[in-house]
Amino acid sequence: MIDRFTLPGLLAQTMTSAPILALENGPVASDTRVFLIKVFYAIAAMFFVFGLKMLSSPKTARFGNRVAAVGMLLAVVITLLNQGIVGYGTILAGFVVGAAIGLWAAKTVPMTGMPEMVALFNGSGGLASGVVAMAEFWRQSPLSNLNLDVRISIGVSILIGMITFTGSVIAFLKLSGRWIPVPWKGKVEKKDREGNVKRDESGNAVMEWAVYIKMGNPLNFPMQHALNLVLLIAAVLLGVWIASGPATAPMILLILVAGLLGVLLTIPIGGADMPVIVSLLNSYSGLAACAAGFVLHNSGLIIAGSLVGASGLILTRIMCKAMNRSLVNVLAGGFGQDIQTAGATTSADKPVRQMDAEEAAMMLDAAQRVFIVPGYGMAVAQAQHAVAEMADLLIKKGIDVRFGVHPVAGRMPGHMNVLLAEANVPYEQLADLELNSEMDQCDVALVIGANDVVNPDARKPDSAIAGMPIFDVDKARSVMVCKRSLNPGFAGIENPLFFNENTVMLFGDAKKMVSGIVSALKEL
Amino acid sequence: MFELLAQAEAHGGVLGPLAFHLVVFLLAIFLGLEVIAKVPAQLHTPLMSGSNAISGISIVGALLIAGGDYGALSYVLGFLAMVFATINVIGGFLVTDRMLAMFKRK
Repeated sequence: MIDRFTLPGLLAQTMTSAPILALENGPVASDTRVFLIKVFYAIAAMFFVFGLKMLSSPKTARFGNRVAAVGMLLAVVITLLNQGIVGYGTILAGFVVGAAIGLWAAKTVPMTGMPEMVALFNGSGGLASGVVAMAEFWRQSPLSNLNLDVRISIGVSILIGMITFTGSVIAFLKLSGRWIPVPWKGKVEKKDREGNVKRDESGNAVMEWAVYIKMGNPLNFPMQHALNLVLLIAAVLLGVWIASGPATAPMILLILVAGLLGVLLTIPIGGADMPVIVSLLNSYSGLAACAAGFVLHNSGLIIAGSLVGASGLILTRIMCKAMNRSLVNVLAGGFGQDIQTAGATTSADKPVRQMDAEEAAMMLDAAQRVFIVPGYGMAVAQAQHAVAEMADLLIKKGIDVRFGVHPVAGRMPGHMNVLLAEANVPYEQLADLELNSEMDQCDVALVIGANDVVNPDARKPDSAIAGMPIFDVDKARSVMVCKRSLNPGFAGIENPLFFNENTVMLFGDAKKMVSGIVSALKEL
Repeated sequence: MFELLAQAEAHGGVLGPLAFHLVVFLLAIFLGLEVIAKVPAQLHTPLMSGSNAISGISIVGALLIAGGDYGALSYVLGFLAMVFATINVIGGFLVTDRMLAMFKRK
């Protein structure tokens, strides 16, 4: 009899038995079969490693993605050979439904909708990992015959999986700029424009939610961080409860607490901080798969999950660095709230120079070197094709045109690159912040829908975005800013660039304005 | 000494499954950080969505649950896990391929 309550006892218990699902310890599996399955999981893992390696270089990226996909196919096929699998009906049904949804989503999503699509796929992966752990829990329940490490892994897997899932759903809602009702404020009677109450056929007033929240904005409330901490501690305690005397009640509580935690951790994050949170959720989805691997004692899941976790961490770090902010600072959220009004009052009486599309076209036509700095505004206006056409026209006139793409421009890592690639801009024309070294030789810096990444105040130590690496467009001979209004960007601080002497504003929708420039350029 | 090793062997090897898997986990994290360390900005999105598709590896767990005969609840959960993991895998790899098809030189 192993004493479960002493450390040596626990270790011994950990080492002797394994969960029934574990491939490596199938009840009647033959040695050769188990060996082959292990070998093929290792080969699949190697495919993932090489795939990721190739994905990080432009020339091999597409092939790398396919290599990783082959690795996945291999892992699936080898799993189907496992003797624990006795029926294929549920597998097939789930596969057909999932494949149909995945196929449809991947083929139809516009490139501008990519951030929210990635968030949704991410959430699916996290939920799948969590559900695997749940299924293992209920299959084995009561868990007294399970090892301690598996019980802990089940808790961890559900915690990370559910946080990834609900966090990704909130990220999806934020990224797609949806409005959601606030139920606790109650409903009011729906009125039309004249103020008359709308009524249905039987004469009852039509009700609507009193308050909606625009999901893109950061959402903060008092004691938010304290509540998150309490929930996290509660989740850990529930995990301990499950590990010590497994029961269904703490498991259901854990699912709920973890789900709530995912929501609460994501709602305070504002729009322009989304690249960080999207990369972080990406990392979580890998760790969730990893934890599921600990539950099932499957090294294939552990390796693949860890690789994804690492890649998400790298991206998260790059994004934080590009904003000169720590991860903790980003996660605390609330950055850039309540400042819209402050910005509007101070900028009201300062003079700005304006231009229309024809004048802008003439100015661009006279330039020798033009740097274009796109931002989220270009994505919102879906102006990437017009911008690419304009760049093409300018290049044909012998003008040196390059794009300055800031690492955090847009709502996910590499957002601008994807849009410009969609518009057939070759990546030799895309440049990073290294463009700054040539900024003094630039005749026109054209800023399209970007704001904080060109704010010269970032060079001042007391600014809200102090130290954030920016494009020094103010050092170009002249600057054009295409923007709908003078409203501050995400950081909520005013941009002195707009009021500089060498800056002209092109007010209006980016797509209309750039299309106007294109037709004016054609007539010149 | 040999007796101790023999004992450990009898209990599932010198490294128990947990210790073994922890080593695998740490090595894989390290490997991932090394392999992907330098990724150019234009590949940030494809790397994210491609690695995201790899996190759909939990489809392996979904297969084991959905394919086993463990009662009604397992079928429901197995079906759900299959659906979500498949969305992640199929959608993730396809959308990455679609994106990368657009990344070309002139």
